[in-house]
Formats: sequence, structure tokens, C-alpha cells
Amino acid sequence: MLTVKDLKVAVEDKTILNGINLEVKPGEVHAIMGPNGSGKSTFANVIAGREDYEVESGSVLYKGEDLLEMEVDERALAGIFMAFQYPVEIPGVSTSNFLKSIVNANREARGLEEMNAMQMLKYIREKIELVGMDEKFLRRSLNEGFSGGEKKRSEMLQMALLEPSLAILDETDSGLDIDALRIVSEAVNKLRTQDRSFIIVTHYQRLLNYIEPDFVHVLYKGRIVKSGDKSLALELEDKGYDWIKEEVDAVAV
Amino acid sequence: MSDSMQTLEQHTKSDYKYGFTSNIETDKLPKGLSEDVVRAISAKKNEPEWLTEWRLKAYRQFLEMTEPKWPNVDYPPVDLQDIIYYAAPKKKKKLDSLDEVDPELLDTFNKLGIPLEEQKMLAGVAVDAVIDSVSVKTTYKEKLAELGIIFCSFSEAVQEHPELVKKYIGSVVPANDNYFAALNSAVFSDGSFVYLPKGVKCPMELSTYFRINERDTGQFERTLIVAEEGSQVSYLEGCTAPMRDENQLHAAVVELVAMDDATIKYSTVQNWYPGDKDGKGGIYNFVTKRGLCKGVNSKITWTQVETGSAVTWKYPSCVLLGDNSVGEFYSVAVTNNRQQADTGTKMTHLGKNTRSTIISKGISAGYSHNSYRGLVKIGKKAENAHNFSVCDSLLMGDKCGAHTFPYLEVQNNTAKVEHEATTSKIGEDQLFYLMQRGLSEENAVNTIVNGFAKEVFNELPMEFAVEAQKLLAISLEGSVG
Ligand SMILES: Nc1ncnc2c1ncn2[C@@H]1O[C@H](COP(=O)(O)OP(=O)(O)OP(=O)(O)O)[C@@H](O)[C@H]1O
Ligand SMILES: [Mg+2]
Repeated sequence: MLTVKDLKVAVEDKTILNGINLEVKPGEVHAIMGPNGSGKSTFANVIAGREDYEVESGSVLYKGEDLLEMEVDERALAGIFMAFQYPVEIPGVSTSNFLKSIVNANREARGLEEMNAMQMLKYIREKIELVGMDEKFLRRSLNEGFSGGEKKRSEMLQMALLEPSLAILDETDSGLDIDALRIVSEAVNKLRTQDRSFIIVTHYQRLLNYIEPDFVHVLYKGRIVKSGDKSLALELEDKGYDWIKEEVDAVAV
Repeated sequence: MSDSMQTLEQHTKSDYKYGFTSNIETDKLPKGLSEDVVRAISAKKNEPEWLTEWRLKAYRQFLEMTEPKWPNVDYPPVDLQDIIYYAAPKKKKKLDSLDEVDPELLDTFNKLGIPLEEQKMLAGVAVDAVIDSVSVKTTYKEKLAELGIIFCSFSEAVQEHPELVKKYIGSVVPANDNYFAALNSAVFSDGSFVYLPKGVKCPMELSTYFRINERDTGQFERTLIVAEEGSQVSYLEGCTAPMRDENQLHAAVVELVAMDDATIKYSTVQNWYPGDKDGKGGIYNFVTKRGLCKGVNSKITWTQVETGSAVTWKYPSCVLLGDNSVGEFYSVAVTNNRQQADTGTKMTHLGKNTRSTIISKGISAGYSHNSYRGLVKIGKKAENAHNFSVCDSLLMGDKCGAHTFPYLEVQNNTAKVEHEATTSKIGEDQLFYLMQRGLSEENAVNTIVNGFAKEVFNELPMEFAVEAQKLLAISLEGSVG
């Protein structure tokens, strides 16, 4: 699905990702953890195609294609979805109209027919239930005035609607109350299939109780410094990052 | 995509160099402006003597006036002697049906996507199409006539309802109101006239398409709408102009009069040719639009979507004379490339408990300049007047400019005046977010821009709103990236 090789990325001449290697196979769930500022969101943004970042070296293959050559919208239409850490507000744009247009844009890209208003309503209702959202959000402007948790759920709703091949969740669990966390996790679990992959960025091992990852990676100073299975997350929960930092920094000296 | 949108799109394509100019033989005066020209126009139109005199008086006043320099726009001076002041498509005789209309003219209509006959019936819209200076065809007239509604060309009104024209012409915008209004008063060519008798609610939207057709012909339309007590009307004005190289002056005057409990809604989509990417060519649009809320509880709403013209200078205003009267102004003004717009409104509160709302959304892209200029004036006797203004600017790129000039004159301390203003840049974050969901860049920009302008689009009649949104998209094509 996704093969990242020695990826180095800079912002304004400052290197932020310093040689990332990662292989995500269809159906796998990878968790990425790591201290604040280690480059997790940067990595997610680079995969999604944000322009502010300069790829210095390395390669990213997605379904066998050179991902770095693709525009943001091409990547999205090719099945890459990113749930934002901080979803942006878009005033005056009705959520329901927005959902309709993104669903149809993605259907078109997959060679499917556009949904008419009735089909769309049914489809959206189905997914709204899945993520436990209130229908009244459909009438509001996109993300405008949504609480932190509501924004995250709206991201999950969009993911459910677009049925991506690769979903990257950037701290979707942050700011969610316990019930919401459970509902969102269940939604992700329902969307887990043999060919859909997830990259889940999180600070909390709690989420990984609900969504069992196949791999856990620790990102530190722009590099994956440790990988393991879900027990690594438990270990981090227990001991914090200091021991890893020490290991890495000792080697660096 | 509808035909009209395709046509508009053609206008914006740079390889479509000269637009289309139909070859209808025109009966036109030579270039230049003088008392003789004013007299000749009046004579061509077979006008009564009082109107000829009215024009001449306006012309003499005009000679004493100078072009206003205060708008925040910059353009080479217009040579008024280089303009043809009268051109009319040659008429064979009075036309009874479309079959009798010059086929070339019909073809032009089709290129413009103007819906005729069937389309009109389906759309429920009566269209009074003005090509150059003379109205060619007015439909639905009989149907409206049954209700006592008069909807016709201005020239026709002069012939058939001279007493109404005489009573109201210049009553809201005096002939000497300003330089361009005076010019219009002297040489106005044609336009629309609407009269609603007491208590009549117009059952359909009244719509006029304007079009500049003849090369080097300045257009000087004049529109007058009078709504008697308790009547209601919604009027749509839509403009498209073909490509051309020479700058063209367009100086219209619109006067609205609303009596007790009457409501007039005047909506405009303005898409005159804006000039090319480097600012060559394009229409100068210097318009005086004013509505008088003469009666108690009367209401006038101006809604405008301004995307065209090289230079725009336009302030649809309301004089709130009647007690409890309401004035509203909703505006989206888009400028791209080298366009310049200085637009806004004047709300003059004279009666008690008068209310006004101003919602202005300016969108600037390219190297354009977009200014909002608004005056809220509360007179001595205007007890409990209330104004609410919002004026937002959206910038696309960093070469364009947005400016706001709000003025306030309050002579009565019971007044309540609220003003909000914001300026924002179209956000990289917003674009990235929308594109991450699979929308193309163009689509993402349109989504953001339409969201920004939504409050104004909500005020437009449905079909117009859809068209306006597409127009916005076309106007901003290629402005990002
Ligand atoms: N556009 C930018 N301009 C300058 N610095 C940036 C930019 N984007 C990211 N950075 C820097 O890159 C580093 C990594 O940021 P990133 O957001 O990827 O961290 P993170 O691991 O997601 O952190 P957190 O856990 O707090 O979300 C930080 O030091 C951040 O300040
Ligand atoms: Mg982050």
C-alpha cells in the first residue's frame, strides 16, 4: 500500500523528518507515537501532499505509484484520507452540501455514478449513525463553531463516507470524551477491512485498547527510532519517552 | 452547463479576441456630444417637448460639472466627443412576434443564452431585452397588463404613459445629481419602466438583459420603477457584454419609488467585459442607482453581484423618508486581474424608526483593487433609526488590494448604528483541507468564495443565485496557483 524510504523533509530550511522508513501493507494498522514536535503531523501532511514542506530526499510509493508526484486532490481521489489534528473552519459552506460534493467527486474518480439527493441522504444518515453524530450538524457551516470533539467526529464521518484505502488519523482521539472515544474507535474498527490500511497518530495508549494496531512506531527527532507490536505502546505508557530519548541521544553523541 | 454560462465562459477566454458583434444595420448618429445631438436623440425617439427641454436643461447643467475624482479608481479620461450617443437596430415595422425579429439579432440572443418565448414561459420570467439603445421585444406584457402592471421600455413609457414619466423622472436622482447622472439625463437612450398600481403584487420576477452591441456606442440606460401603495415587485437586471478592445462608457441611472407599504427588490448580476489580463479594454461602469422609500412601511432592497467591468463606480442607495421604512443593500463585488471597483451604498435615514442593513462582501484577486464606500446618514428627525453594517473583504494572493471607507453622519442621538468589518486572506489551510477531500483547486476556491458570499446569494432569487455562483467561479478562474 505505502512504502516510505529514507524520507527527509524540511520546512524553511529546517529538517524535520530525517530519514523515515515505513512499510504499510493492505489491511494493516500502524500506530505512530512520539513526543510533541517530533514530526508526526509533518509526516501525515507530507503523505497527504501539503505544499509547505520540501522533500529533500527519499521516496514514497503508494499502490506502486510515485506519491510525491501527485497533487493533493489526486492523492485524495486515489484513496488517501487524512483526519486532521486541527480541522479548519470554512464559513458559509454548508456541511451537507460539502459532504455531497466530496462523496460525488470521489465516486466519479472511482468510475461510479453520482448519487442523487435521495440516495445521498440515505447514505449520509447511515454513516452519521456509525460515528454517532447529530444530524443537525449537516445544516451548519463546515466545522464552524464545532467543539473540538465535534470536529473530530465530523472527520470520522467524512472518512466513513469516502471509504479510503489509506486513512491517516492525526490525533483523532485528542479532545474526545470517553464515550466519543469509544464510538470513534468502533467506527474505525467497523471500517477495518482486508485492504484498508490505517496510520494512527496518537499520544495515548488508551486508544490502542480499542483499536488494536499491528505495529507501533515511535517517532523522535524526525526518525522512527523504535518499532514493535502493541506491547510497545504499553511500555511507553508505563515508562514515558525518556528511555527512548536517552538511547537515541546516546547513539547520536 | 447552461448555454448562458457557456457563453459567459467564452467571454472570459482570451483567445476569443473580439467577441461577437452582430451585423445588424444600425441607424446611428455621428460621434460627438452637443445640444444638437441631444435634440436629435429626442427627435429620433419622437419625444414630447417637455422631455426635450428636460434633456437640454440636464445637458446645460452637465457642462458646468466636472468628473468626480474621489473614487478610489484610476483610468484614462473618457473622450466624450468620441462616443456615438444614438444607435438603434433598424426596425422594419412594429413587431408582433419573434418571427419578425431580425434573425441575426435572434442569433445574438441565442449566443447570449437569453431565454426567449418557451424558455421564458418555463422560467416564468418576463424579459425586456435591450440591445444597444432600443428595446426590441417585450414579452408577457399583456399578462402583466391585466393586473394593471406596466413593464415596458422607457421610450415606450414616454409615448404611452407620459404623465407617469413626467411625474417621476428625476424625482429620486435629479438631473444634476452628479456628473454621470447629468450626462445620462441629457442623452439617455432607453431602459425599462415599471409601474405597479395600488395593492398589486407582481406574480413573477421582472427581468431585463442588457447588452452593449454596437462598437463605440456608450450606453446610457435609464430605469424607473414606481410601486404604489401596498404593491410588491422583484426586478432582475442581468448584464453580459461581448469582448472588445476600446473602453466603453456605461453610465446608467436607476430610480425607484416605493409608496406606503410597498416593496421593491432590485437584483443585479453585472458582468460587463472586464478587459483582458493586462487591463486593456473593458467597460467603465459609472452608475447612479437610488431608491426612495417615500411611504410609511415601505421597503427597498438592492442586491448586487458585481463581477465585470474594468472600472466600477456604483452606490445603490436608499432614502428612507417614510416612517418605519427599510433599506437593504447586499453586495458581492469581485475584482480580478486589473479590475477596479469602488462600490457601496448610502443609507439616508429621514423618517422615524427607519432601519437599514448593509452586507458587503468584496473579493479581490490578481492585481485588482476593490473598495467599499458607504455612508450612513441619520437626519435630525429620524428618531430611533437603526443601521447594521457588515463589510468583509477576502483577498486572493498578495498583489491585490481591499479598502473600506465607511462614513457616518448622525444628527439624532437616538440612533443605533453597528458596524463590523473584516479582512481575510483565502487560507492555505482551507484550500488544503478541501483538496484533501478530493476537490480540485478550482473547486476548492469556489467553495470558499461562495461560502464567503453566501449571505448575499441568499438574497437572490434561486435561478439567479445559481448563475451568480457560476459567474463568480468564472471571474476568478486562474486566480490561484
Ligand atoms: N510550517 C512549519 N513551519 C515551521 N516549522 C514547522 C512547520 N510545520 C512543522 N514545523 C515544526 O516541525 C516540528 C514537527 O512538528 P509536527 O507538527 O510534525 O509535530 P508533532 O509530532 O505532530 O507534534 P504534536 O504531538 O505536538 O502534534 C515542530 O518543531 C514544528 O514546530
Ligand atoms: Mg501533531
